[in-house]
Amino acid sequence: MQHVISVLVENKPRVLARIASLFARRGYNIESLAVGPTQDPTISRITLVVEGDEDILEQITKQLHKLIDTIKVGDFTNTSFVDRELALIKVNAPSALRGEIVQTAEIFRARVVDVAEKSLMIEVTGTPDKIDALEQLLKKYGIIEMVRTGRIALARGYQSL
Amino acid sequence: MKGAKMLIELLKREGVEVIFGYPGGAVIDIYDVLFDTPEIKHVLVRHEQGAAHAADGYARTTGKVGVCIATSGPGATNLTTGLATAYMDSVPVVAITGQVPTKLIGKDAFQEADVTGITMPITKHNFLVTHIEELPIIVREAFHIASTGRPGPVLIDLPKDVQQQEAEFTFPEKVEIPGYRPTYQGHINQINLAAQAIEKAQKPLLYIGGGVIAAGASGALRELAEKTEIPVTHTLMGKGAFPEHHRLSLGMLGMHGTYWANKAIMNCDLLIAVGARFDDRVTGNLKTFARNTETIIHIDIDPAEIGKNVKTHIPIVGDARLVLEELLKRVESKKHPEWIQEIEGWKKEYQPPRKESAKLLPHTVVEKVYQATKGKAIVVTDVGQHQMWAAQIYLLDEPRCWASSGGLGTMGYGLPAAVGAQIGNPDKLVVLFSGDGSIMMKIQELVTACNYCLPIKIFVLNNSYLGMVRQWQGCFYKGRYSCTQLKNPDLAQLARAFGAEGISVKNEAELEEAINKALSIEDRPVLVDCHIEEEENVYPFVPPGKSLDEMILWEPGKEG
Ligand SMILES: Cc1ncc(C[n+]2csc(CCOP(=O)(O)OP(=O)(O)O)c2C)c(N)n1
Repeated sequence: MQHVISVLVENKPRVLARIASLFARRGYNIESLAVGPTQDPTISRITLVVEGDEDILEQITKQLHKLIDTIKVGDFTNTSFVDRELALIKVNAPSALRGEIVQTAEIFRARVVDVAEKSLMIEVTGTPDKIDALEQLLKKYGIIEMVRTGRIALARGYQSL
Repeated sequence: MKGAKMLIELLKREGVEVIFGYPGGAVIDIYDVLFDTPEIKHVLVRHEQGAAHAADGYARTTGKVGVCIATSGPGATNLTTGLATAYMDSVPVVAITGQVPTKLIGKDAFQEADVTGITMPITKHNFLVTHIEELPIIVREAFHIASTGRPGPVLIDLPKDVQQQEAEFTFPEKVEIPGYRPTYQGHINQINLAAQAIEKAQKPLLYIGGGVIAAGASGALRELAEKTEIPVTHTLMGKGAFPEHHRLSLGMLGMHGTYWANKAIMNCDLLIAVGARFDDRVTGNLKTFARNTETIIHIDIDPAEIGKNVKTHIPIVGDARLVLEELLKRVESKKHPEWIQEIEGWKKEYQPPRKESAKLLPHTVVEKVYQATKGKAIVVTDVGQHQMWAAQIYLLDEPRCWASSGGLGTMGYGLPAAVGAQIGNPDKLVVLFSGDGSIMMKIQELVTACNYCLPIKIFVLNNSYLGMVRQWQGCFYKGRYSCTQLKNPDLAQLARAFGAEGISVKNEAELEEAINKALSIEDRPVLVDCHIEEEENVYPFVPPGKSLDEMILWEPGKEG
């Protein structure tokens, strides 16, 4: 089962290396990992998507917690949360097909953020499913390159981690 | 004040009395300050791995934090085996390494290595000091982290320019690390559940590990065991945490544990694990481990240990001493005559066979040393068969009298750890049991032992083999002894070349004489090279992956 885990860590050098090294040496698989600062500049939030059964997840959270730089660890699995991913997709866009591509993007509430003679760059946010779907549709035009941020997530409601 | 001076000042304030180390360009400023610091004794080892093991042996036998120093690059990488050893066995050590000047970090400078990167998975935590202003808080945090919660090694990487920078000396009274708050008090509801389970149990068993010693929980443990009449079995790391001569002691469990301890584990209805981590050398086949046990209670300061290998029914996160004291208040006095009788039966069913041999037997060596020292020595071991014989035969009644590499199984640990143990316990008798393979791995530390006039008694169980590996080759590889036969130097003569006393022993009469002589020498180490029966095996033996009740009790075909 896929789990979305949120980790608050001290915003210090090597913290990310510690987390990555922990996953590497204990043989846990990371599907995606996104890091950035929080409203408090001394704290960063790491969102991890990992695959594993209950036992593995329990170990992952405990081992993450054991790191001295880790302040809090939360598993969103049984809570209601909002998760998003951002992608930038650069696609072949000959003038004849341009209208069609822009239309497709609009349906996904995606935006065109760069226009060139033979290409368009599209920015899309949403759940990973939605991004997968758009990617699928854009494939037939030929995707030149693309990048995804990995998932970020916050629990719904007033409570915080 | 200069960074190097500040460091030493901070170490003094942390109560550091001795440092094990080896100088080099990147720590020369620190050594310059040590030159004028008579309050701190510096022990010059002959290899940085020795410094880490010595700090570890010092820490295990004194309960204080062990400190070691090495220079950047090769000095620091030489420390790593020692740090990994301390990490696996949860030993509080603070390692200080020099680093190239901050401006050169990342430039592949002379003697540069990414030491914080390299040691990340083998330390509890590590620091790279980039500004002198951070030094005081980092040193404070390092000692705090190393010695609290689940203890472990912490490394401080200190660039040369930071050692030379100037700043005002400060001493942060308080250490607060937002992400580090070990849980000491066990959850009362859980402790109540544990008390109820003890009340209900017919066949309870305590399984204790090194955590009991680390927490200073031996007293509380003994009270609990006696009050509720629960037999106790210990791991290699838990040796001495509960008196091995106690009527309730079953000795060590696991791969080379006693027959009755392993029987008890497989037949108990309640298993109370305290400061032990269900290592595979202890559990054997996990699928069948404790298969008749209804309830497992696991008391540990590290939440990540709970449920890691074995499913527990009553997990209690907390300090072993505090939890056991709470538990004691909640249990009634009890007796388990039938259970005790069942265990006594197993003890009668199997007694390790006494072998007759023309050659010196390893058991005889350990036994005679045990008798001559009246069981009162601090016992240090290396890794291999000799380690298991020492664990099985040299029974200990006190905690912190045993230093042996359990988790990592580090050959070469023994001699430097014995140096650390003797430095930390100048008035106690320190005995090292080593093998001919192990002793050669760190033989250079015999110089250190001689230089500081340490009267360590070294007994090498010399079988001209890497015995433990040969045993496995014999049992599982059709006796194909690939690369395990050793051609050794004359160890007694070698010891004498180092300035130690060296004695060669081939039979029991010579052995007794040698032990007496060794015990009478007080101003230098003594190495007694005991030429034992070469192909003796360690029994009982649970083959890897087998259940604890599938022990091989003695040599196949030689029963009775
Ligand atoms: C550094 C290191 N290298 C290799 C091993 C693998 N190993 C485990 S026991 C052993 C043999 C030890 O031989 P010796 O010290 O002579 O002791 P004996 O078993 O003969 O008592 C070896 C090679 C180890 N534990 N540590």
